[in-house]
Amino acid sequence: MLVIDNLKVNIEGKNILNGISLSVKPGEIHAIMGPNGSGKSTLAAVLAGRNFAEVTEGSVKWFGRDLLEMAPEDRSKEGIFLGFQYPIEIPGVSMVNFLKTALNEHRKHKGLEPLSASDFLKIMREKKELVEIDSKLANRSVNEGFSGGEKKKNEIFQMAMLEPKLAILDETDSGLDIDALRIVANGVNKIRRPDSSVIVITHYQRLLDYIIPDVVHVLYDGRIVKTSGKELAMELEEKGYDWIKKEVDNQV
Amino acid sequence: MKKAQDRILKDVTAGEYKYGFYTDIETEKIPRGLSEDVVRLISGKKNEPSWLLDFRLKSYRHWSTMKMPDWANLRIPEINYQDIIYYAAPKQKISHESLDDIDPELKRTFDRLGIPLEEQKHLAGVAVDAVMDSVSVKTTFRETLAELGIIFCSFSEAVREYPDLVKRYMGTVVPYTDNFFASLNSAVFSDGSFCYIPKGVRCPMELSTYFRINAANTGQFERTLLIADEESYVSYLEGCTAPMRDENQLHAAVVEIIAEKRAEVKYSTVQNWYPGDRDGKGGIFNFVTKRGICRGENSRISWAQVETGSAITWKYPSCILKGDNSSGEFYSVAVTNNHQQADTGTKMIHIGKNTKSTIVSKGISAGFGQNSYRGLVKVLKNASNARNFSQCDSLLLGDKCGAHTFPYIEVDNPNAVVEHEATTSKIGEDQIFYCNQRGISTEDAIGLIVNGYAREVINKLPMEFAVEAQKLLQISLEGSVG
Repeated sequence: MLVIDNLKVNIEGKNILNGISLSVKPGEIHAIMGPNGSGKSTLAAVLAGRNFAEVTEGSVKWFGRDLLEMAPEDRSKEGIFLGFQYPIEIPGVSMVNFLKTALNEHRKHKGLEPLSASDFLKIMREKKELVEIDSKLANRSVNEGFSGGEKKKNEIFQMAMLEPKLAILDETDSGLDIDALRIVANGVNKIRRPDSSVIVITHYQRLLDYIIPDVVHVLYDGRIVKTSGKELAMELEEKGYDWIKKEVDNQV
Repeated sequence: MKKAQDRILKDVTAGEYKYGFYTDIETEKIPRGLSEDVVRLISGKKNEPSWLLDFRLKSYRHWSTMKMPDWANLRIPEINYQDIIYYAAPKQKISHESLDDIDPELKRTFDRLGIPLEEQKHLAGVAVDAVMDSVSVKTTFRETLAELGIIFCSFSEAVREYPDLVKRYMGTVVPYTDNFFASLNSAVFSDGSFCYIPKGVRCPMELSTYFRINAANTGQFERTLLIADEESYVSYLEGCTAPMRDENQLHAAVVEIIAEKRAEVKYSTVQNWYPGDRDGKGGIFNFVTKRGICRGENSRISWAQVETGSAITWKYPSCILKGDNSSGEFYSVAVTNNHQQADTGTKMIHIGKNTKSTIVSKGISAGFGQNSYRGLVKVLKNASNARNFSQCDSLLLGDKCGAHTFPYIEVDNPNAVVEHEATTSKIGEDQIFYCNQRGISTEDAIGLIVNGYAREVINKLPMEFAVEAQKLLQISLEGSVG
């Protein structure tokens, strides 16, 4: 469904991604790990369509279509969801209003009628339980005054509402305590349908105890330098990234 | 209610300035220019009693000695007051008795504006006085209201039928000497709405006036007088639109509100006069004096305004808090997009003891728009324990617009507590991207964010109009980003 081929990206003249190739099939879970500054979040943002980086080479296909040509809102409606590392606050806009607008845009795209208020609230109640999110949060403004953990739960809650084909979770585990981590991870597992895929971006192996990846990639210096099974995550946890850095640097 | 909301939603989402059409109807106009003779002519057209003509002449003579104010943060092109037509009326026999007497073309115009003149078609619970150019066309639900002793009619009729009330109250809140535009209005005002709520009556429906400018080269000068007698309650709202034209048109209105003991008045405005085109050509000059007095103790006046239209807005709906324990409120959202300019705010004059005022002003600037908040909080010597809270927020879209704040605070009583908070913010690209990522287009995202920003004020409007106001905000900012 997603095919990234030799993607090169630079930001303000600086090369951040130096030729990434990656392909995700329906139902797969990919983990992308790597040290700080390796380009993980840039990759996530480019896939979601954030307009801050220049793609200098390569292509990204989404079900055969040129993803990079699509507007960010169309990528969302075509099933790509980004769980933000730092969710944005929008004062005065209630979660209910925000999600209702988003969901109805998705429905319109599929040729469906907008949901009635009562149907919408019903769905919202169901999904709230999946991520054990406090009912009160739904009546508050988008992310305003939410704690770090609440913001991350709220991302997964939105994922549950929008039912994406591909969810890119950008360091969803950062800033979460063990309980919140478990809730968030279990939420992701419950939401996931057999044919939907997840790209988990993380520093740590602990999230991958819950969301078990089919493939683990290590991103370093804007390249995928290693791809392996889930055991790679364990190895990284034990040995850190230095041995990979050395491996790569020696090759150069 | 749900249906009505959907209809409004559908109507207002349709386009840019969708009220810009012109009704081709035979109109009676007087020649351009202003003189004592013109004032007499207007008064004569309306068969007015001599006391009213005297009031007009007094006002005119005073106005002739005045200069247009230049203290506002506005660039106003020179206005030639001799080039304006001061009276224009759709040619028809005005009869408020039967709908059959109204020109079908006129009926269609108000239908297109979403203001059907047939009572059964209208939004439940809203009585309307429809004013086109210089005259009131039709006032709905008069009989229903009359059963409760409520008087709701055009200003001209009030002069004929309730001269004592008009005489007693007119000019007591906004004297004819008040300011340049109020004096001009006092000399040439043509029509408007009159409303009286008797003692102890809660008005069961929203009262509203819909102002429409249609004729070219004319000014509109309406006057509204609203009296809430002891322990009464009324919620009143006004809406305004005008055709799209290349030249500017002047609208100088006066609104006076009187609230007696324990009376409560809510006055809401959705102002959508033609704002001019993208390059700032054309549009209405909206120079309006609105003021209410809380005469009796424990009375309350609340202004709520959503200002999206007009090329230039100059208006300061104010409260004189004379009665002890009385309170005044001002909630405002003002949008300036393209080349629009607004200098708007309020005055809260605390005279009585334990008086309270609240000011919430939300300015939104986009394009080349310039938006100024100007507000005065004045606490007089005897107003012990007066309280004021003011909050002035500005939201900027883009980097060519401006937001300005001019708060004036004058306190002569040591017990008074006056608070002022102000913020300036921009819509962040990250906010827009966050919405985009959830499937919401940039245009819709701005609408959502702006409405969130203005929510505190929009919530003060009657429900049907809150929906309309939300859509208006979104439409008036279309194309302002990206």
